[in-house]
Amino acid sequence: MINERHFNSFMIAIFIIVPAWAYINDEPFTITLMTRAVVFALAAVGLNIALGIGGLVSFGHAAFFGMGGYAMGILAFHAQSFTPIIETPFLLEGTKSMPIIWLVAIALSALLALAIGALSLRTSGVYFIMITLAFAQMMYFFSISWSAYGGEDGLSIYVRNGFPGLNTLDPIQFYLIAFVILAFALFLFARISNSPFGLALNAARQSEQRVETVGLNTQRIRLVAFVMSGAVTGLAGALFADLNRFVSPTMFSWQLSGEIIVFIIIGGVGRLFGPVVGALVFVALEHFLGELSDFWHIYLGLLLLIIVLFGKGGIIGLICGRQRAHE
Amino acid sequence: MNDIVLQTRGLTKAFGSLVACDDVSLSLNRGEIHAVIGPNGAGKSTLIAQICGGLKPDTGHVEFLGQNIEGLNTRQRALAGLGRTFQVSALAMEDTVLQNAILGALGSSGNTWRFFKNAMKDTDLRERAEHALKRVGLDDSLEMRTAELSHGQRRQLEVAIALTLNPKTFVMDEPMAGLGSEGSRKLTGLLDGLREEAPILLVEHDMDAVFALADRISVLVYGKIIATGTVDQIRNNAAVREAYLGEED
Repeated sequence: MINERHFNSFMIAIFIIVPAWAYINDEPFTITLMTRAVVFALAAVGLNIALGIGGLVSFGHAAFFGMGGYAMGILAFHAQSFTPIIETPFLLEGTKSMPIIWLVAIALSALLALAIGALSLRTSGVYFIMITLAFAQMMYFFSISWSAYGGEDGLSIYVRNGFPGLNTLDPIQFYLIAFVILAFALFLFARISNSPFGLALNAARQSEQRVETVGLNTQRIRLVAFVMSGAVTGLAGALFADLNRFVSPTMFSWQLSGEIIVFIIIGGVGRLFGPVVGALVFVALEHFLGELSDFWHIYLGLLLLIIVLFGKGGIIGLICGRQRAHE
Repeated sequence: MNDIVLQTRGLTKAFGSLVACDDVSLSLNRGEIHAVIGPNGAGKSTLIAQICGGLKPDTGHVEFLGQNIEGLNTRQRALAGLGRTFQVSALAMEDTVLQNAILGALGSSGNTWRFFKNAMKDTDLRERAEHALKRVGLDDSLEMRTAELSHGQRRQLEVAIALTLNPKTFVMDEPMAGLGSEGSRKLTGLLDGLREEAPILLVEHDMDAVFALADRISVLVYGKIIATGTVDQIRNNAAVREAYLGEED
């Protein structure tokens, strides 16, 4: 068994060495693939707060991913077409500034998560899975029917949004932005999972009765976790939209919700680097097997099956053994 | 009668035609252990659930420190000072012993909304958790996973968590259940010392423990209290012998 910290360092090394190699050898597509993995990992780090620590199986995190995507799409669309978003009661204009778009994406997804969480957390188990799915589907069909922003066709953004001092159209620079954000999100996740809040959230997953009996409000703890979770996934959505320079209802689809869960399960539920490993494996399979066949998901399914049957802690569980109870 | 800490008044709870709790009035005084005994299905768990807030009585109410607490839920009753232990251990099994105790300390500190500080390095939480664990004799297994504890140790941990809350009364649901004689003896010693700190309402099956510990005993049969009294009074009560103790002899 390899020490989990060493394994995590190894993962960080991959995310530094591969893009560096691609940059030196002028392989921008590889950098784009790695960026895709980083953004997916970020989305899954978000879900890992709710699912991994809190045991809340949200099958509707695409709602937040899409919300972040559309926040970027709508702001940038108005900026590139020089039309205001609204004129009354006050003038609200679009923007091409990444930091502003991120803040808007985080705020809107957090609000959406607050609303969805407040309603969904009244249920548990399979009902929670279904109701979060239902909310995401509502967002999906809403985006399809909102023709002002492309409806089913989605929105194309011609030029990537800007970040002060950087040329975001240069793949390696955009990769670095995404990588730094992912690193920051992982840092936050580590802190949160060891904090008093994380301890209570984690205990509520194992025994709700216990947490209530010591006088803590499990519902409120879960709701806060759900909001944080949605906000991080929303930020990933904004980055994903910027990576593709395109937003469409697909970002709200249930397949996407499922994929975010799959990243976590492949990597290891509740493990700090679980989402990172899962997203990297997913993007690698998508790329290499996708070249062989359109039906590459069969192999993904096989992998998932093997991991669920034989390695309860995902790939990290197989390599590093059981999670230590605390650091 | 200022000595009464916990009082139930006419608690009645029916599930369909089964009356699980029938006009139960009992009191718990400062400094005492009041045991509730009764055969299986006598309604002991229903009684506890009503006291701790899991079940709402059809009629009657619970008074705690002179206040009617019918309006409070489980969590609020815990905050008010009802320290409960469970018949089937309700613990965070994947976490360590220390983490479970820190969770208790966290509950009474009331400040869960800290997202950055490491809970295990918070000296205040840690001191209170370790102090409680020391009192129950678990201070040498702090880093053990709760799932690896023996049955008896889990019972001790339950009591330790209740201790971290500085409760004004303990409500213990069959703490001796499933313990061997050695574990039972140890826990009896522990509970014996607790009564001065906070009175204990002890729902228990283990007669040796009850007779060794209790200041007063109430006997619950088919949801009704058929007798309340000291150990000797209960031992010599004809109705109790017939309903309950006779079965064991």
